[in-house]
Amino acid sequence: MSVEILMPSLDPSMHNGRIVKWLITAGDPVNIGDPVVEIETDKAVFEVEAEVAGVLGEIRVAEGEYADVNSVIGIIREDGSDVIPSKETPAPAQPAGERKKVAPVPSPAGHRVFASPLARRLAALEGIELSGLSGSGPKGRIVKIDVERASSSKSAPATVTPLKKEGPLGDESGFLPAYESIPHTAMRLSIARRLVESSREIPHYYLTLDCEMDALMDLRVQVNDGESVKISANDFFIRAAAIALREVPAANAAWTENAILRFSRADISVAVSVEGGLITPVVRDAGGKGLALISAEARQLAEKARAGKLHPEEYKGGTFTISNLGMFGIKHFTSIINPPQGAILSIGAVEERPIVKEGQIRPATMMTVTLAVDHRCIDGATGAEFLAAFRRLIEKPVRILL
Amino acid sequence: MCNAKDRENGMAEVDFDVVIVGAGPGGYVGAIRAAQLGLKTAVVEAGQLGGVCLNWGCIPTKALLRSAEVYRQFLRAGDYGLTAADAGFDLSKMVERSRNVARKLSGGVAHLLKKNGIALFEGRGTLLGGGKLKVETSSRETIFLSAKHIILATGSRPLVLPGIEPDGQRIWTSREALVPEAIPESLLVIGSGAIGIEFASFYNAFGSKVTVIEALGRIMPREDEEIAHLARKEMEKQGIRFLAGARVTVLQSDGNEVSATIEKDGKKEELRTARAIVAAGVTPNVENLGLEAAGVRLDGRGFIQTDEYGRTSAEGVYAVGDVSGDPCLAHKASHEAILCVEKIAGLEAHPLGKHRVPRCTYGHPQVAGIGLTESQAEEAGYRIRVGRFSARGNGKATALGESGGLVKTIFDERTGELLGAHLVGAEVTELIQGFAIAGTLETTEAELMRTVFPHPTLSEMMHESVLEAYGRAIHI
Ligand SMILES: Cc1cc2nc3c(=O)[nH]c(=O)nc-3n(C[C@H](O)[C@H](O)[C@H](O)COP(=O)(O)OP(=O)(O)OC[C@H]3O[C@@H](n4cnc5c(N)ncnc54)[C@H](O)[C@@H]3O)c2cc1C
Repeated sequence: MSVEILMPSLDPSMHNGRIVKWLITAGDPVNIGDPVVEIETDKAVFEVEAEVAGVLGEIRVAEGEYADVNSVIGIIREDGSDVIPSKETPAPAQPAGERKKVAPVPSPAGHRVFASPLARRLAALEGIELSGLSGSGPKGRIVKIDVERASSSKSAPATVTPLKKEGPLGDESGFLPAYESIPHTAMRLSIARRLVESSREIPHYYLTLDCEMDALMDLRVQVNDGESVKISANDFFIRAAAIALREVPAANAAWTENAILRFSRADISVAVSVEGGLITPVVRDAGGKGLALISAEARQLAEKARAGKLHPEEYKGGTFTISNLGMFGIKHFTSIINPPQGAILSIGAVEERPIVKEGQIRPATMMTVTLAVDHRCIDGATGAEFLAAFRRLIEKPVRILL
Repeated sequence: MCNAKDRENGMAEVDFDVVIVGAGPGGYVGAIRAAQLGLKTAVVEAGQLGGVCLNWGCIPTKALLRSAEVYRQFLRAGDYGLTAADAGFDLSKMVERSRNVARKLSGGVAHLLKKNGIALFEGRGTLLGGGKLKVETSSRETIFLSAKHIILATGSRPLVLPGIEPDGQRIWTSREALVPEAIPESLLVIGSGAIGIEFASFYNAFGSKVTVIEALGRIMPREDEEIAHLARKEMEKQGIRFLAGARVTVLQSDGNEVSATIEKDGKKEELRTARAIVAAGVTPNVENLGLEAAGVRLDGRGFIQTDEYGRTSAEGVYAVGDVSGDPCLAHKASHEAILCVEKIAGLEAHPLGKHRVPRCTYGHPQVAGIGLTESQAEEAGYRIRVGRFSARGNGKATALGESGGLVKTIFDERTGELLGAHLVGAEVTELIQGFAIAGTLETTEAELMRTVFPHPTLSEMMHESVLEAYGRAIHI
């Protein structure tokens, strides 16, 4: 008896995944629960475990390659005494009746594909294999939207394939120096797609403000005095942004086709750079949590993000993003909105600058912040009101502790 | 059923899985589905069971329109080789029949609630927040209910525009128009949506001189242009006058008449009629519901904001039907209620696609539509194929003596997807469901062509329209 290992679906938006590494080789024995293969999606790397005991019979999709959700990536033979077929063994040699599917979203039993006439027509037009799709219609029937999703994800990796090492990438002129071509990871593609979409679709505008930081920096020293685990300035910013969003709820909004969504809670996405890209884990309800808890959560999320171990529920669904490049000494920058959110706050370096106050030039600790805003759902005055509320909190930071 | 002891002591709190506020086609249908799924369910209703639909909307209008239809047949009895010399009518009997039909169906709802073990609290419900609800009964008792899930299905009422306020005497809403004491000699209908057109049709059948005013550029603005145009032509033949792109700025009751100031193309005109009906849309029943206390937000148009499963901005509070927005139709209310309840029960619920909701107008002629109109499909960027088949080519329509009518189908050229279907003529409100099923099953033109339609029926026009879109119609 052989059992297929299918590309699992982590969440409905996942169309395909890339095989990072087979953790065992064909012929190795496996037990239920043994990690078998490492998969990368556009968001995370995770392991797929064996659901039956036996022997890894066949690897169908090689390391580095993509496979659609629910397509077969390998085979486990439950009966260990089975002869391990060589790679050349044609797949149809296995009697169909003996196959079992192991899929997180099981498609209907047997090999008959249930699909609507329109889905079949579309699949034929787009050259998509229906048997590889999971259906979202009643009883797993494949409907139009499933094919449309598959065809949009298919076109994404397809744009990558030409980038082979010897690919003459735009160097017909012959003037390009020697280069190394780095194949896109799923995360890179996802970042590219979302940011292009954001900068093309969203009418961005930007608001910039300077904040005096002396009070906050003093307070932070007091708060951290004698503590082994320190609260970072960024933790203060997360909470300040959440409180400011509560004060100006119209800025905690997202544009959708039918309505502007105004959120009841500020879930702050925090941009974390990770190897090969960046990801935005979410501190939920940051307005309703104390600074210590925010700090602990933010640290934990950042660690998981860097280890590629975030779960979808940890990076999906924030309502507002904070991006901080202060540690690199960047004074001022703008960000691209993280759709479908309505705004993103770019935080610059905390630095000493001369400022003019009451006719006197004096030194002060300053920080420049810039809000990028989606004009469709948040107008200028609202964005400004939010930013002013944020500055008030930063400059009178005791309120952030309350 | 409702716990008599709790009601006696007045302050009892009763605990349910689901409490639904409003017993219209949204509320009572949702309650029955919830009971079927084993949820402990209660309904709170301040008025009549069945809501607007059964009591003051869909059903009583259809009863009156049936009288109009039979009367029209009387008047053309000669066409069928019959004599009906003394054709006449008794308005009070027609109204009485309409009220009886409504009463009977409302009683049916009471029976259904009982049969399904649903508790009924007769009174006005107000959210208190935190899964609590207060019910004030007509006898001034107060009952407190609590439930994990509270569904608001409080419906809507006629929209009152500034300067055009109904007075219940001469300036009517649909309420008064359903129980007239006499047929007014002349009538102004403000609004050419389904409700306006149906009343125009009814009163016209019994001799009223009817003028319909529409603020937008054409009548029946939601329907396909071509279909709406054909319907207009047909109604004009019957003597109904239409003013599109015109606005009533002032409407006053004046002696035993109504005087309207109408603005069209910057010019003012004065129109005097015996009565006026305001049918310019609906406004949701969101007042005194405790929405703020519960944290339930409204959308830009004042309807309760919901996601595709009826969930509002407050956890545990849902809204379905007219109160949650367009299209304000009974079948949409029922459908939303079912999927909201199924989601609550943890079933796999399929969100309702608005393009899958059919629209019907039961005037003379009938009009029905689903999906995109021709111009909407073009605006959406589709390359389309349009099929048209006229009732003149249909045997059954000819035998019925109903040869005015058109079935229009719109396909996506590339995929064969049925994007929209629009019909005018006899019984088209009964035909449209065929296209609704086709849409839900995602058929292409191929399956529709392969389907065998019985002969002779009006439904053959649907088949021919599809064939015509691909240049294959037989009877053209
Ligand atoms: C003249 C007319 C003709 C129509 N014809 C058609 C048609 O042919 N086809 C069609 O699909 N639609 C038609 N409609 C529209 C249809 O009636 C509505 O779409 C439908 O009734 C909406 O259902 P609902 O359950 O959302 O609300 P409703 O039917 O409005 O029911 C809401 C109920 O909630 C109760 N309620 C409100 N607030 C409270 C409270 N605080 N506590 C307790 N109870 C409360 C009300 O008393 C009412 O009974 C017509 C409407 C009118 C006016």
